[in-house]
Amino acid sequence: MTAPVRIDRRAFLRLGASGGGLLLGLQLPAPLARWVVPAASAGVGTAMATPAEFVPNAWLRIGSDGGILFLVARSEMGQGVMTALPMLLAEELGVGLDQIVVRFAPADPAYVNIRIGRQLTGGSTSVREAWYRLREAGALARTVLIEAAAARWGIIPATCRVERAQVLHPDGEQRLDFAALAVAAAALPLPAAVTLKPAAAWQLIGTPAPRLDSPDKVNGRARFGLDVRLTEKAVACVVRCPVFGGRLRGFDADAVEGLPGVIAVLPISSGVAVVAADTWIALQARRMLRIDWEPGPAAGLGSAALRARSAARLEQAGTIVEDQGDALTALAAASTRVEALYEVPYQAHACLEPMNCTADVRADGCDLYVPTQDQGGAQQATMEITGLPAAQVRVHTTFLGGGFGRRLEQDFVREAVALSKALGRPIQVVWTREDDLRHGVYRPAGLNRLRGGLDRAGRLVAWQHRVVAPSILARVAPAAVADGVDRTAVDGAVDLPYAIPNRQVQYRQVDSPLPVGFWRAVGTSQNTWITECFLDELAAAGGRDPLALRRTLLQGRPRHLAVLDLAAQKAGWGAPAADGRGRGIALVDAFGSIVVQVAEVSLQAGVVRVHRVVCAVDCGTVVNPDGVVAQLEGGILFGLTATLKGAITIADGQVEQGNFDTYPLLRASETPVVEVHIVPSTEPPGGVGEPGVSPIAAAVCNAVFAATGQPVHSLPIRLRA
Amino acid sequence: MIAFSVNGEPREVTVAPEVPLLWVLRDHLGLTGTKYGCGIAQCGACIVHLDGQPVYACVTPVGSVAGRQVVSIEGLGAGRIGAALQQAWIAEQVPQCGYCQSGQLMAAAALLTNHPQPTDEQVVAALDRVLCRCGTYNRVRRAVHRVARPPTKQA
Repeated sequence: MTAPVRIDRRAFLRLGASGGGLLLGLQLPAPLARWVVPAASAGVGTAMATPAEFVPNAWLRIGSDGGILFLVARSEMGQGVMTALPMLLAEELGVGLDQIVVRFAPADPAYVNIRIGRQLTGGSTSVREAWYRLREAGALARTVLIEAAAARWGIIPATCRVERAQVLHPDGEQRLDFAALAVAAAALPLPAAVTLKPAAAWQLIGTPAPRLDSPDKVNGRARFGLDVRLTEKAVACVVRCPVFGGRLRGFDADAVEGLPGVIAVLPISSGVAVVAADTWIALQARRMLRIDWEPGPAAGLGSAALRARSAARLEQAGTIVEDQGDALTALAAASTRVEALYEVPYQAHACLEPMNCTADVRADGCDLYVPTQDQGGAQQATMEITGLPAAQVRVHTTFLGGGFGRRLEQDFVREAVALSKALGRPIQVVWTREDDLRHGVYRPAGLNRLRGGLDRAGRLVAWQHRVVAPSILARVAPAAVADGVDRTAVDGAVDLPYAIPNRQVQYRQVDSPLPVGFWRAVGTSQNTWITECFLDELAAAGGRDPLALRRTLLQGRPRHLAVLDLAAQKAGWGAPAADGRGRGIALVDAFGSIVVQVAEVSLQAGVVRVHRVVCAVDCGTVVNPDGVVAQLEGGILFGLTATLKGAITIADGQVEQGNFDTYPLLRASETPVVEVHIVPSTEPPGGVGEPGVSPIAAAVCNAVFAATGQPVHSLPIRLRA
Repeated sequence: MIAFSVNGEPREVTVAPEVPLLWVLRDHLGLTGTKYGCGIAQCGACIVHLDGQPVYACVTPVGSVAGRQVVSIEGLGAGRIGAALQQAWIAEQVPQCGYCQSGQLMAAAALLTNHPQPTDEQVVAALDRVLCRCGTYNRVRRAVHRVARPPTKQA
């Protein structure tokens, strides 16, 4: 297959301009010097010497010293991009994963995620976006290295091949290391098109690869944002107004200033910062501040009042997002009608590593050391505060102790940059767990009314869904909701794969004092729960088996049916469940993948116990099979916490939860057996970071429904005694 | 001045005795492998061994460890069980984000030191002290069993 070269050659051209075309000197050209990542944010491996280099594109550097450096432009937050993305490049380049050094890329337009238009990690896009780009980047480098070797040997390039960072001569004897070809390759023009390996020749793609970050994550060496240690660094903790939307009136720092180790107390836009020599001093001093807040309009608001606000909206027509057939007429004509109200609470991300950022602002530039999902946004926020140009804002991405969408925000970056600028020294802003849970951006709470109708033969003929929820995009991209519709709020409610002839979906925005944000799987994390549970209510009303109903509605969709059937078969659907247990099934088609889960539950003294979850997935071509399994396992447990455990509630305009004692996460003893089965596919890859989250709540609630006859209409599950 | 042993080496720090061991390790001794996650002994990311027993470093005043032996994740691999667990962690591909894994490993090592052949219930009870937001619990459990009952060697 010959694919057009779609990669960005700017990095190469820029290098040509500064390095005179050939990279013979030992000195690193200025644009590349920015790529040398300081030890503070070191990833795997050791720093590489950088004599003469072949730099065919923004992701790859091959040194004449034998070093092969891959720059990973997505954030490693557990989802395995630090392994999966190098696999794509290494596959085409012809090197082993053990022969490369991997570093996180800086902020640079060359690394913009072309599915999103910004350098960020989200939307389960990393592998999907890199699928052609990184393989082409590797193939392009391989093509040039082969040309350089063939020229040296005086033979035709097509007779050579590549294996483990060497070009092999057709005589079976001679071979040249990439290192020996780097200088010659750098002088050759880049080809206009490259040939990608056929799938049958893949050596890495589709074979389980151990994660490159595992060794450093079992011995304490992996550096997260909180582990950044710079000379002269001071630690800052910020007191923020406990009431959303409140403002600072004034503060009294008399009890704090002059304490040993306290460096400064100063107001910033988000609150009052205590800057100290170390974390403990900052935490202790912070508690002694006396602050006068103007609480603002959210004071006095509680969860019940917010729910009433949503309930009022639910009685008003929303903007029609999807309108197929004539749902209202079909509902009126239906012989059986079912109506239900579904309610989800706010949820927090609760990344295990609390938010943090280290900034070092100087007159001539700023270095950021930050666990971020959005390097582009971090750079932009820094430019706004410091007035520095982009080229002088260097973003060093550390490992992320969880992301889940929370680290798409820049609140912690802004605090660190503002403080470093004000004090003229490196500042590490450290959030506590309480800061994290009380000053997050939350998964939107939602109220939903569903109406469904069956005809005389029991066929599902009408579906109406009204979503009432605060809008994420209204906060982060207001222009995107100009028509009154936040697509992220209805993801998982619209474009369902089921053949329902008459369906209508409406969205009605409701204001919320809590900022809402992207939470792993976003709209599908709650709408899949709603639609898949309601489908089971309709199945019950029509006397249909939930699997059989889905199979009927998915006729003509072989990929969906294959996933559905695989999950059902592996879970033993149809065989009676053990005494006191129920099984539930749910499906999602999201992020380019199809996921079906079957949960088996029992109820003991009103408590739901999930025993086993069987998951089947069609995520197209699989790059790292064990990575796919791990992401689905993790997604299921992430979703189970929201299904079974806590919620974010507010009283007097403040979040009531503060730590893991009041916002519990699923623990080992509550974890079911999880089995993941992959449907083989040759389609391009789908995303796997998020879709594992989406169906689990419905699979569990449908199992509860099967066991008790009682549908679950609000989360987390609270059963009637 | 408070003197104690960390990973077999004598260390001295000049801090108030009430400062939690967690912050002494991280901010004064540069041992950042022990993590802060909650500060109230709920998440277990900060678990270290104190005279061989697992403790939450976030609520352990450094004054209480004077003259005693502390082992943190950085020193885990020096012991036979710790090294075996680290290998098992890689064999099972346990870590995702990795932030809780120091605590998971330290909790597991303490269990196997006290109970070389634990029941599954003992394994789960020991692991219940450590939260993982990425959902690696089943792999953690398999890795612990792999050390407690090594898989039979293929001929």
